[in-house]
Amino acid sequence: MSMPALTNDRAPKAVPTASTSASVVTMTPKQPPKAERYVKMVREVAVRVVPPLIVLALFLLVWELLCRRAGSALPPPSRVFSETRELIFHPFFDHGGIDKGLFWHLEASLRRVAIGYAIAAVVGVGVGTLIGQSVWAMRGLDPIFQVLRTIPPLAWLPLSLAAFRDGQPSAIFVIFITSVWPIIINTAVGIRNIPQDYRNVAAVVQLNPLEFFAKIMIPAAAPYIFTGLRIGIGLSWLAIVAAEMLIGGVGIGFFIWDAWNSSHISEIILALFYVGIIGFVLDRLIAFVGKIVTRGTATN
Amino acid sequence: MAYLKLDHVDKIFTRGTATTEVLKDINLTIEKGEYVSIIGHSGCGKSTMLNIVAGLTTATTGGVLLEEREVNSPGPDRAVVFQNHSLLPWLTVYENVRLGVDKVFAKTKTKAERDAWTLHNLNLVQMAHAKDKRPNEISGGMKQRVGIARALAMEPKVLLLDEPFGALDALTRAHLQDSVMALHQKLGNTILMITHDVDEAVLLSDRIVMMTNGPSAHIGEVLEVALPRPRKRLELATNATYVKCRQRVLEFLYERHRFVEAA
Repeated sequence: MSMPALTNDRAPKAVPTASTSASVVTMTPKQPPKAERYVKMVREVAVRVVPPLIVLALFLLVWELLCRRAGSALPPPSRVFSETRELIFHPFFDHGGIDKGLFWHLEASLRRVAIGYAIAAVVGVGVGTLIGQSVWAMRGLDPIFQVLRTIPPLAWLPLSLAAFRDGQPSAIFVIFITSVWPIIINTAVGIRNIPQDYRNVAAVVQLNPLEFFAKIMIPAAAPYIFTGLRIGIGLSWLAIVAAEMLIGGVGIGFFIWDAWNSSHISEIILALFYVGIIGFVLDRLIAFVGKIVTRGTATN
Repeated sequence: MAYLKLDHVDKIFTRGTATTEVLKDINLTIEKGEYVSIIGHSGCGKSTMLNIVAGLTTATTGGVLLEEREVNSPGPDRAVVFQNHSLLPWLTVYENVRLGVDKVFAKTKTKAERDAWTLHNLNLVQMAHAKDKRPNEISGGMKQRVGIARALAMEPKVLLLDEPFGALDALTRAHLQDSVMALHQKLGNTILMITHDVDEAVLLSDRIVMMTNGPSAHIGEVLEVALPRPRKRLELATNATYVKCRQRVLEFLYERHRFVEAA
């Protein structure tokens, strides 16, 4: 409105000739028949599922061909299946001690990860917020964290065994110390990146620090926090297998180690398969939770 | 008696050893119910001035008095409508307004009253229909309406508008200006608005404060816009007072205080 519209007389005028006789087309929303929709859905699923299945089949075929001859070091897939049949179809048996079905081993591992990871999430978000919010906390803590986070998870195990004198808390500590760093660092970045606008809004509304934390900081930093949480869950699943190999007892890590000691190579392969699937599911789970929690935030 | 008073406000920014004097000796009094615009070229410290009133920045010397009391921290009595709306994207339109309402009326209103008050304010800006939408689901003009509702809902003593229509297209802007005029007429708020649009300033304001260029920007001239309210955009285009006021502001901005750095 600051400038009067210039009328350009030389511009070709729109000629209203055909428009008067234009027929009105009624737009009925297209509703494809049910069968057609199902076909479409099946096609969409097939596009995603078929290619990996083909690759998997090819992979199994090559593996079978390579390992079927006598004297090969690793069993072919067919033998893996026949040898681990019992374990696959009876995951819930419990003969006492560490002679349990795979379900119980995985459950024990997941339990450790759940505890260690939960502590890491709480501590990580808390410390990350502190570092993101306070310049002095960042200056003091950040260099130390940058060094600590490069220490391989297993290097912590002997120290934690010495401190806790027990396998269970040591394994949980290793999970914690492995997954806490990415959560801290990502949270801190997220907090530091909260737009000044949101801080201004909070200032005008006069939110107190606690309300500011819950209503502004956490939602605003949520996309970053969930990036950290997702990296963290992956790392903790990586670390648990190695830690359990060393601490023994029930757990998928020790199951693998035990299978190696008893030369049950097929069992190792089956366990690896499960470890991979569960790692994948954990990753997707956190991603899914993150997607729900940060809906709205991420798009801004 | 002055309602809002800026008393000898100076603002000096210090970065390391370098100091920049942004505002120098700003004196301004605003009466209750007045609509005052601050206009000036970009970089003249308009926003800094508004932030000082809002309490988001503190004046280096001098101070701001609201109803004879000094204010130097942000608060809902000086609610701000930000240029880029600043709605929280994870909250719905309703929740964005309710956030302020819950804080300001925590003790004086019941839950049901706060709900009604939130809806009332959304109704004032004609946004009640979108109350459950999130900011990224509504248009820029609508976001700004919600921003205005959020500020109004805090029942501020002074409503601060920081280039509220700057990011909008011309048609939406005109529409929103009319809305703000109607709200001002209806509620009688005291409004301090920053703008760099001459027509906007003349159309909406009772007084226009013209700022000289920075550094050390100060108030160059204050123009009374003696146009009766309610004002009609279309009728004003040919109104002699309107044209004269517009001329005065243009002269100030483009002749006497031309923006030298402008490309």
